[in-house]
Amino acid sequence: MTQTAVKVRGLAKRYGEVRAVDGIDLEIGTGEVFAILGPNGAGKSTTVEILEGYRQRDAGEVSVLGTDPGHPTRLWRSRVGIVLQTANDTAELTVRETIRHFAGYYPQARDPDALIEKVGLTDKADKRIRQLSGGQRRRVDVALGVVGNPEVLFLDEPTTGFDPEARRRFWVLIQDLAQEGTTIVLTTHYLDEAEALADRVAVITKGRVVAEGPPATLGGRAVAKAQVSWLEEGERKQLQTGTPTRTVVELTRRFDGEVPELTVTRPSLEDIYLDLIGSSSTEPDDHSPAASRSRDPR
Amino acid sequence: MSDTVSPPAAIAASPVIPHRLPSVAATGWSRGIAESKMFFREKDSVVFTFAFPIILLGIFGSIFGGTLEGGPITVSQLYTAGLIGAGVMSASFQNLGIGIAVDRDDGTLKRLAGTPLPRSAYFLGKILNVLLVALLQVAILLAIGVIAYDLTLPAEVSRWFTFTWVFLLGITGSALLGIAASSLPRSARSATAVISMPFVVLQFISGVFIPVTELPEWLINISSLFPLKWMCQGFRSVFLGDAGAAFELTGSYELDRVALVLAAWVAGGLVLCLTTFRWKSRRDG
Repeated sequence: MTQTAVKVRGLAKRYGEVRAVDGIDLEIGTGEVFAILGPNGAGKSTTVEILEGYRQRDAGEVSVLGTDPGHPTRLWRSRVGIVLQTANDTAELTVRETIRHFAGYYPQARDPDALIEKVGLTDKADKRIRQLSGGQRRRVDVALGVVGNPEVLFLDEPTTGFDPEARRRFWVLIQDLAQEGTTIVLTTHYLDEAEALADRVAVITKGRVVAEGPPATLGGRAVAKAQVSWLEEGERKQLQTGTPTRTVVELTRRFDGEVPELTVTRPSLEDIYLDLIGSSSTEPDDHSPAASRSRDPR
Repeated sequence: MSDTVSPPAAIAASPVIPHRLPSVAATGWSRGIAESKMFFREKDSVVFTFAFPIILLGIFGSIFGGTLEGGPITVSQLYTAGLIGAGVMSASFQNLGIGIAVDRDDGTLKRLAGTPLPRSAYFLGKILNVLLVALLQVAILLAIGVIAYDLTLPAEVSRWFTFTWVFLLGITGSALLGIAASSLPRSARSATAVISMPFVVLQFISGVFIPVTELPEWLINISSLFPLKWMCQGFRSVFLGDAGAAFELTGSYELDRVALVLAAWVAGGLVLCLTTFRWKSRRDG
């Protein structure tokens, strides 16, 4: 499919002096799973909240399913699903009551019981939401996000605070929804999450997109040079090369056998990401004196 | 809002027509049911709402036995009428003031804003819940008054007519005041204190606990600005009858002024709501 579900041009939003979003362009195709990566305060949530119609922008053009989210209509709302970052509402209703109730808001809702089954809460369906664990609560949030059969689903840091197993189960659920053709836009600061779920990734820092593309090729990852490192005359030598195998063969010949402390590495998504945000990140979270003392053992 | 609202006929239509949005009436009714379920399952808040006036009626009824200046009206009857006024205001003003502040804080309003639910349906649900709670409140207080304190229910239709309009105007004005006041608390945790404190003060100066005739004039001037004093006055006219009029400040229930002030609160409360209501919490900006 080549249709565009989300189109953003020159988006800008400032809070007082702070430029939270400073000229973002995005284009997300129908049926795509798109991840927005970035450190805390980079502008991810602001961007997504503008797309969701929660916040007004200062400048730029935005279109979600062909509608300007700055002027949401009920019909548009019925085509867009939102999974909130944190919510503690309907604590006294059961899972089934909550999902049935919200289904009544939409013109073409999913079958509540089938949806409960899909998010894996069938055995908790008659439990009050107050009694659920954090991970189960987020599954209810996802169910409420998709109960109206949305064409686009927004998830803002959906797995923050999950244990690894809950995160894996959550990924399967999202992949399942993507299989059905739902366009999914998620923010995350977990690289493995972006790599597991997303067709494409945009890295945002200081309100700008610094890189965009499939996780495998992000930031030139696929064509990045490998680093060959070894010990020679008591000194560590390093070489960036596009042909690491040839370098190793030459080294083997030169040392006539074993090369001391030989390593060959390629950049991981994390290396690429840290490289992308490292040069421009001036996060208060990451650079408070306490944080920088305890961090970075190198 | 420029929302498309489908005609009421759609409520009964069971097959889902593509892109036909559920009506305000249907979603509002469904919110009313959900709100009421949530309300009655929150045990501490149910106790707070219903037990408080009942306990007070018990205490005042026991302390101040007997009749007013040897007349035909018992003190318990006086308190029943006053506590019905306070009960209606607690069901509307206090419930909404705290409830909406909590909804704003716990993500309810944010989640609803992200769905096609019309905003009017949210308020319709709140109003249905308030009506249910207030009617229950009145029924319980009247039952206790009749059983324990010799309260005789009025037989005349005209007095029940007065009851109906005092109840409706009073509950609407107080509800609107509660919706406006819900924007004052900074968080759900502070909501109970911020909303209950002025309400308790208002009960003391509006003739709920202490007859208005015992109060200094400047306090009466303050309480006369708010709906509670007038609601209580209206309910006294219903439950104490003509014999009680002599114990009013002006020797009359002044029903025309009751109607005027309560109607003014409905109009003023509506303006206050429309100008001050916030869907987002202060944290959300």
